Amino acid sequence: MTAYETVIGLEIHVQLATRTKMFCGCELVFGDPPNTHTCPVCLGMPGTLPVVNAEAIRLGLMIGAAFGGVLAERLVFHRKSYFYPDLPKGYQISQFDEPLVAGGRLGDVGLERVHVEEDAAKLTHAGASGRIGGSTSSVVDYNRGGTPLAEIVTLPEIRSAEQASSWLRLLRETLRQLGVSDVNMEEGSLRCDANISIRPVGDTELGTKTELKNMNSFRFIEQGINAEVARQTALVEAGERVQQETLHFDPRTGSITSLRSKEGSHDYRYFPEPDMPPVAVPDELLQSALAAVPELPLERAERFRTELGLHEESARLLAFRRALGDYFEETLGAGGASADKQQVANWIGNDLVRRLEAQRKDDEAGETDTDPAQSKVSPAALAELVALVVDKKINRKAGEQVLDVLVAEGGRPQDVVEAKGLAAVGGADELRPVVQAALDANPDVVEKLRTGNMKPIGAIVGAVMKETKGRADGGEVTRITREILGL
Amino acid sequence: MIDRDTVLHVATLSRLELHDDEIEPMARELSAVLGHLETIGELDLDGVEPTTGVLEDRSPLRADEPTRSLPREVALDQAPDASDDGFRVPSPQA
Ligand SMILES: [Zn+2]
Repeated sequence: MTAYETVIGLEIHVQLATRTKMFCGCELVFGDPPNTHTCPVCLGMPGTLPVVNAEAIRLGLMIGAAFGGVLAERLVFHRKSYFYPDLPKGYQISQFDEPLVAGGRLGDVGLERVHVEEDAAKLTHAGASGRIGGSTSSVVDYNRGGTPLAEIVTLPEIRSAEQASSWLRLLRETLRQLGVSDVNMEEGSLRCDANISIRPVGDTELGTKTELKNMNSFRFIEQGINAEVARQTALVEAGERVQQETLHFDPRTGSITSLRSKEGSHDYRYFPEPDMPPVAVPDELLQSALAAVPELPLERAERFRTELGLHEESARLLAFRRALGDYFEETLGAGGASADKQQVANWIGNDLVRRLEAQRKDDEAGETDTDPAQSKVSPAALAELVALVVDKKINRKAGEQVLDVLVAEGGRPQDVVEAKGLAAVGGADELRPVVQAALDANPDVVEKLRTGNMKPIGAIVGAVMKETKGRADGGEVTRITREILGL
Repeated sequence: MIDRDTVLHVATLSRLELHDDEIEPMARELSAVLGHLETIGELDLDGVEPTTGVLEDRSPLRADEPTRSLPREVALDQAPDASDDGFRVPSPQA
């Protein structure tokens, strides 16, 4: 049986975070009453002239710069013609053979281009009640019409649904940290189409692709791609051919249906937009875009890994959630050069986040990311706590108890340690007699330990913990045991 | 010469309804237009930038500042049909 390889390219539409529309000054406000933000330009009235929003171009250039693409020196717009009620002019102003950005790369996926265009309006299909001349009617809300969009097109370099969704997460986080878009999939400010084909492993030519439209969550994207790959594989194995078509994935039923083609809608008859002759990208706009690109998640993760020596997983966690990364760096700053960076990362990425998320579940169910900077635990307090544990002033369990208190009430770790009597049973001097007593009380364990079987050491650690009310350091107990027994 | 099928295809894309007796004249007229463009094509235009418009290269960029939108009643008044809050159109899915 032939094995098949999946080939996926993505097209992502992102609404750019401008105040006004792409070609007119109508304000963009999500959720306002329908048709309260329109004007003769975005309604496509004859005789009106579009004027480009400089900020949309600046944000588009930032995306291009972040991905290392080639930035266009001039703006060239084309008309993409098709008739649909969500498009009042009968064409969309878009870009064609001279996109704003050519090439580029994000992580493991190369980009073909990024171009800017205007969004279509929102069409609501009315029920049977609103019939016009026997056919059902629809209602158009032009508030969204004309919103600046960046369309990001990847090369067909993605090989699985899982890779597609994890790359999209990276893209979303990168765009969010760039500050160019709200990237809210539910509200439609980030939308994704996938071009999918399969081919026998080893083939270099691309198979016939289908286009899976408008998937609005990472989960649906994964499910949709997997369902389409299964459908294509079954077709090919049955000796049939894949038809080039546009498809819709229904996440409720898991089924894939062909979207009734907008008769020849792929015949877009692009031609240069006569109302806007090509114009040079102003240098100050370009410079302002370049200067506005911050350190992005992949770069930050790389810096955390190579300069601070964090494990790959910690580095990505802290870099991909900016609030955590910022808090981490502040904690390092508060802890001085001697701070154990990986330990700080662990305490923030695991212990603190888990507590804050649990606390939030009790309070409110928000979608916003957990931000430790908003909590009662100051970076200085966390740095102090980690130092107490690293220096074995308290053991890890006690550290976790201290953190519970800090999360609930704030304060200084040292004060909590004193108030709760959590200080570790001091150095070897204090601990040694306790370990000795535990060994004396467990001769059978001692016998096994002497044979080199260290497994039963847990019993000794347990006994010491019990005696010290959990304030001993397990590693220290083991060390003293070995010392006493001469192991 | 543009054939009948091409005329019908372009008419569909443009949402134009053509009567049977309009198709042949339309084919002739469109062919004449293309013929004119072919004449231009005979010129040696190597190294000449395509002219996409006759306007000067003025900076058409606009600051991202809101301007006043139309009152909704005024906007909807322009439409052949409207509901309370939107433009009503025949459903493209019907
Ligand atoms: Zn407008």
